[in-house]
Amino acid sequence: MNAQQLLTIFISAVFIYNVILSRFLGLCSFIAISKQTKPALAMSLAVMFVTTMSSIITWLIYRFLLIPFGLTYLRTISFILVIATFVQFVEMVIRKISPPMYRFFGIYLPLITVNCAVLGVAVLNSDMFFVNNQPVAASFIYSAFQGVCVGLGYTLAMLLMSGIRERLELCNVPRAVKEFPLAFIIASIMSLGFMGFNGFRF
Amino acid sequence: MIREFLKGIIKENPTFVLALGLCPTLAVSVSVINGIGMGIAATFVLLGSNMIIALIKNGIPDKIRIPCYIVVIATFVTITELTMKAYSPALNRALGIYVPLIVVNCIVLGRAEAFASKSSVMSSFFDGLGMGVGFTLALILISGIREVLGAGKIMGQTLVKGFDPAFVIGMPSGALLVIGLLLGFFNILKSRKRA
Amino acid sequence: MRCSAGQRKCEVCLTMPNKLTVSVSPHIHKDESVSLIMWTVVVSLIPAGVAGMVIFGRSALWVVLLGIITALATEALIQLVSRRKVTILDGSAFLTGLLLAYNLPPNVPFWLPIVGSFFAIAIGKQVFGGLGQNIFNPALVGRVFLMASWPRYMTTFAKPLDLDAVTSATPLMLLKEGKWAGTLSYLDLFLGKRGGCIGEVCILALLMGAAFLFYKKYISWHIPATYIMTAAACVYVFGPGGLFTGDWLFHVLSGGLILGAFFMATDYVTSPLTYKGQIIFGAGCGLLTAIIRLWGGYPEGVSYAILMMNGATPIIDRFTRNRIYGSGRQEAAT
Repeated sequence: MNAQQLLTIFISAVFIYNVILSRFLGLCSFIAISKQTKPALAMSLAVMFVTTMSSIITWLIYRFLLIPFGLTYLRTISFILVIATFVQFVEMVIRKISPPMYRFFGIYLPLITVNCAVLGVAVLNSDMFFVNNQPVAASFIYSAFQGVCVGLGYTLAMLLMSGIRERLELCNVPRAVKEFPLAFIIASIMSLGFMGFNGFRF
Repeated sequence: MIREFLKGIIKENPTFVLALGLCPTLAVSVSVINGIGMGIAATFVLLGSNMIIALIKNGIPDKIRIPCYIVVIATFVTITELTMKAYSPALNRALGIYVPLIVVNCIVLGRAEAFASKSSVMSSFFDGLGMGVGFTLALILISGIREVLGAGKIMGQTLVKGFDPAFVIGMPSGALLVIGLLLGFFNILKSRKRA
Repeated sequence: MRCSAGQRKCEVCLTMPNKLTVSVSPHIHKDESVSLIMWTVVVSLIPAGVAGMVIFGRSALWVVLLGIITALATEALIQLVSRRKVTILDGSAFLTGLLLAYNLPPNVPFWLPIVGSFFAIAIGKQVFGGLGQNIFNPALVGRVFLMASWPRYMTTFAKPLDLDAVTSATPLMLLKEGKWAGTLSYLDLFLGKRGGCIGEVCILALLMGAAFLFYKKYISWHIPATYIMTAAACVYVFGPGGLFTGDWLFHVLSGGLILGAFFMATDYVTSPLTYKGQIIFGAGCGLLTAIIRLWGGYPEGVSYAILMMNGATPIIDRFTRNRIYGSGRQEAAT
C-alpha cells in the first residue's frame, strides 16, 4: 500500500475528477437538493456512507463471487442489486433508530439507490483496481478509500453549491435562468475553477 | 398511440422538460457519434424494460416493485453492454462507465414507475420509443453544439479550416454551460409561447 | 444595521446605498456611491497598464482597449435586450474589461479579449442578475474560460522590451519546467522586465495603485496581507531543496499574485463580509495558489485559487456571521 497512491486517489476523487463537477455522477440529486445547506449536508453524509459501504461490499462480491465463477458479465446486475438492498437496509435502520431523521430524508433516501455516484464508484473500482480479473496490490484498501473520497467530493460540491444558491435566493436573478439553468451555469464555473488542479503531481 | 410517441419528443422531452438522465447526457455528448450511440443503447433498454414491465406489472408485489424493475432494466443493460463490447468495442470504450450506468438512468426507471407499471404493453412500447427518440434527439443537439464549438468538427470531420475551437466546450465545464444555456433558452421559448 | 434583504451585496443595496441602511462595512464610507469606488479602482490600475504598454508595446494597448469596449458593449446590449436600466457608466463593466485585459498576454489574437470580455460580462455577471449578485469575479471567469478554451494563445508570451515578435517563457513557466536559471534579479521582477500578462508584470506600478486604494480606505489589509503571507509561507516551507528553502520573494514578485491579491481577491461582491471571513478567504487563496504553483500542472494558480474561494465565500459568510448588536443570540440562518 502506497501513501502516494492514496493521496492521488484523494486528490483525484475530490478535486480533479470531482464526482459531480467532472464525472457528472449524482447530478440529479445535486441539482435537486442543493438549494439549502442543511438538507444538502445530510444528503451528502448519507451518500458518503452508502458509497463507502457499497464500495466494500461490491469489491468482496466481485473478488470472491463473480471472478472465481466466471460471472463478471453479471457485474452490473449484481452491483445494483447489492446497492438497492443496502439502501433498503439503511432505510430500515434509520426508521428504527430515528424516525424524525427518516421523515426528514423523505423520498430522497431511496433515491440514493439510483444516484449514479454510488453505482459509478463501484464500477470504477472494478475497472481501476482489477487487471485481467486479478486484484492489484492493496486493491481492497484503494477501493474502499476511493468510496470515501468520492463521498467527500460529493459533499464538497454540495456544500459549495448550497451556499451559493442560498445566497442567490435573496437576489433577483433573471427569470429565464431561475432554478435549473443558473444551477448548471454555476456548476460550470465551479468546474472551471477546479480545473486548476489538473496535472497534479505530488 | 402516436400521441404517446410524440409526447416524448417535445412536450415531455426527458432531457429538457423532465430533466432526467442528465448524468450520461453531459458525459457522453462530446461528439455526435457518441451521442447517437448512447441514444440508441438507452432506447433499446427503454423499449425492452417498458414492455416487460407492462407485461408483468400485475404479478409484482407492490413492496418490492422497485428492485424488480431494476432487475429487469439491469438485464437489458447487460445485454446491451455485451452486444456493444462484441460488435462496436470502440463505442464501448468511448462511452465507458456510462453504459452500465444506464441502469440508474432516471429516464428508464422513471418511465417504468410512472408509466409502464400502469399501462398496456402497446402504449408502453410507444412511450418508451418516444422517450428514447426524444433523448437521442436531445443528445444529438447537445453533442452537435459541443462538437462544433469545442472541436471544430462534426461526426469527426473538420468543418472549417483555420477555426480555433474553444476546447473548454468539450470539457465537463463546457457541458454544464451548454446545457445551462439551452435550458435557459427553452425557458424563454416557453414563456414566449405562453404570452 | 442590515438592509431589508439582509444582504449588503445585492443590487438594491449597492445601487441605492443612501436609501437603505447598509450593513456595517469596514471599508465603504457610507456616503460614497458604487460608481465612485469603481472608477477610483480603475484609476488606481492605470499605472500598471501604462507600465505594461511600455514594456510590451502597442499590442498591449489594443488588447486593453478591445477588452474594455467589448465589456461595455456586452453589458449595454444585454441590459437593453432584457429591458433593464443600462448602467455601463457605473464603471463596473469598464473595470471588468480592464482587469480581464490585464490578465492576458500582450500578443494574443485580437478576437481573444473580445470573446473573453463578452463571456466575462454575459456569463460572469449578467446571468446572475448584474452588479452585486455575481458570485464569481467576472474578469477571472473570463480569463479561466479563455485559458481552458485556447491554452496555446494564453500561454504564449511576448518577450519584454523587445520590439520584434519574439516570445519567451515567463519565470513561473521556467520554474515549473525546472529551467529557471535565476537570470532575472528581484529588481527586474519588481520593475516588470519579464514575460507575463499585461497588468501583472510591473509590481511597482501595482503597489502604487494599491497604496492609493488603501489611502482612500477602499480596500483593507485583511485579504491581501493574508493571501500574500500564506502563499509566501507555503512556498518557503516546501522549497525545492528540502524544507524551508523556498524562494518566497521570487514567488511573490512573479506571476499574477500581486495583481490578484490587491485588485481581484478584494472585490467586495465576491469576497466575505466579515474580517474573520476575509482572513479565511485570503488564507484559502494563498494556500491554493501555492499548491497549484508547487504541485499542479499549471505554472500559475492565482486565477483558479481566487475563483474557487469565490465559490466558497457564501459558505464562509454563512459560518462567520456577525452578531446583531443588542441581541444575545446569533442571527438565525436564512
